[in-house]
Amino acid sequence: MDAGMVIIGAGECGARAAFALREQGYDGPVTLVGAERHLPYERPPLSKETMLADNPQAKTIADHVRLAAHDIDFIAETAVTAIDRDARSVQLGNGPSLPYERLLLATGAVPRRLSFVHGPRMAYLRTFDDALAIRRHLGPGRPIAIIGGGFIGLELAASARRLGAEVILIEAQPRILMRGVPEEIASVIDARHRAEGVELVTGDGIADMADDDASVTIRLASGRRVDADLAIIGIGAMPVTDLAQAAGLVIDNGIAVNEHLRTSDPHIFAAGDCCSFPLALYGGRRVRLEAWRNAQEQGALAARNMLGLADEPYGAVPWFWSDQYDLGLQIAGLCDEGKRVVRRDVGDAAFILFHLSEDGRLVAASGIGPGTAVARDIRLAEMLIARGTRPDAQHLASPATKLKALLAA
Amino acid sequence: MPSLRQRNSPIGIAVQQNGRKEMSNWIEACAANDIDEEDVIRFDHDGRTFAIYRSPDDEYFATDGLCTHEHVHLADGLVMDEIIECPKHNGRFDYKTGEAKGAPVCVNLRTYPVKVEAGKVFIGIE
Repeated sequence: MDAGMVIIGAGECGARAAFALREQGYDGPVTLVGAERHLPYERPPLSKETMLADNPQAKTIADHVRLAAHDIDFIAETAVTAIDRDARSVQLGNGPSLPYERLLLATGAVPRRLSFVHGPRMAYLRTFDDALAIRRHLGPGRPIAIIGGGFIGLELAASARRLGAEVILIEAQPRILMRGVPEEIASVIDARHRAEGVELVTGDGIADMADDDASVTIRLASGRRVDADLAIIGIGAMPVTDLAQAAGLVIDNGIAVNEHLRTSDPHIFAAGDCCSFPLALYGGRRVRLEAWRNAQEQGALAARNMLGLADEPYGAVPWFWSDQYDLGLQIAGLCDEGKRVVRRDVGDAAFILFHLSEDGRLVAASGIGPGTAVARDIRLAEMLIARGTRPDAQHLASPATKLKALLAA
Repeated sequence: MPSLRQRNSPIGIAVQQNGRKEMSNWIEACAANDIDEEDVIRFDHDGRTFAIYRSPDDEYFATDGLCTHEHVHLADGLVMDEIIECPKHNGRFDYKTGEAKGAPVCVNLRTYPVKVEAGKVFIGIE
């Protein structure tokens, strides 16, 4: 009798993996262990819809009925405290140990924290409960300080402005979105935030921060003092690796897995935000992605490989989006792989940058515009990237040339 | 001229769709050549929004205009063969039947009958 499949982490990745096991026909025990009190839910809305809705609800991936229908044993609010690799079992914090045939670590990431003492007026965003706590402070005229000009900070700034809050956003780097977003696109987002009334401060770090029950005071490196009702800190995320590390698995900017998402222990897999993996598209460059689709696709692939069905390598093109106000950003591939950029205008207010390698291969595409104006071309670019295409730069630049035609070529 | 199962249905006649009988009110949506082959456009009518498709084999189809996952206009999405892919999260539907093709979408899209007459595309809205 098969000891079963155990998945640690019930976010996007773990939940998708559990269902994928069933979709592949697996009929042994499947246990999904989550640290939060909620059913598995989608995180992308936390900085947007959850902030703006009158009565926000977690966007559930699967309810109890669907979990039961797939015979998935979901254990909520439970920490896994240890992995016993020899016995092939995991220790649940509140008592019993659980045997496994294969184990999937989908432990995700946690916000990187500032070192200052943390009180009630400093917040981080990762969970639905975090989002509810932040939301209580957003309202007309309320001063809100956001530390960090990454996606979480910028999306929260947009939501806070929609709710009428007075927003200052502080970024230590010379510009927002330094990591992974081309300057030409970041400048569109920067301008939009300023036009919407956000005070954007770049190139200034945090020297000190202190809060009490009523407010938070921030002193910037420049000496400026900022007072706010709430400081929201969005300075990146760190993979949750403690369990894997304690079990002696190889860690390398996350839990290190091979192209099949297998860790250094053949019975243990890792997927999603918590793992680093070799990306075949870029010659095996080891990356870690914090992206919704990556979490989904890796969860599904890990499930297939746990069952030993095909031992498929992970070959997806990284892809993510961000929504701020009515602006939609989408990026396929990693822009820093490009040496040359070709711009294509899509209508009046939208454009796409194609990133080409030295030898003319399309390696990434980034686009911004109202709503989903760039979505179709980014999706086609993703397919061109996956095929290793070397498109003609003039064709890419000309809106008259359909990208779909390049795909057929 | 594309050949369509419903193309000769006159206004107000009952047409068969997804096994249900319903009365249709034919609304002119666009010119047939407003849509490229293997493509989609958005059509708004009476406070509702629809997506109208032209398949690679030159047939026309219509569905609700918004993805069933998060209310995003499908007309910004990509049509590949009989699949429309949502522009936001890549949820996939068969636009001929409305069937959701897997995560993150699990709720089917509603479809509507379509006919083409004299170079115009009509959709049947009950």
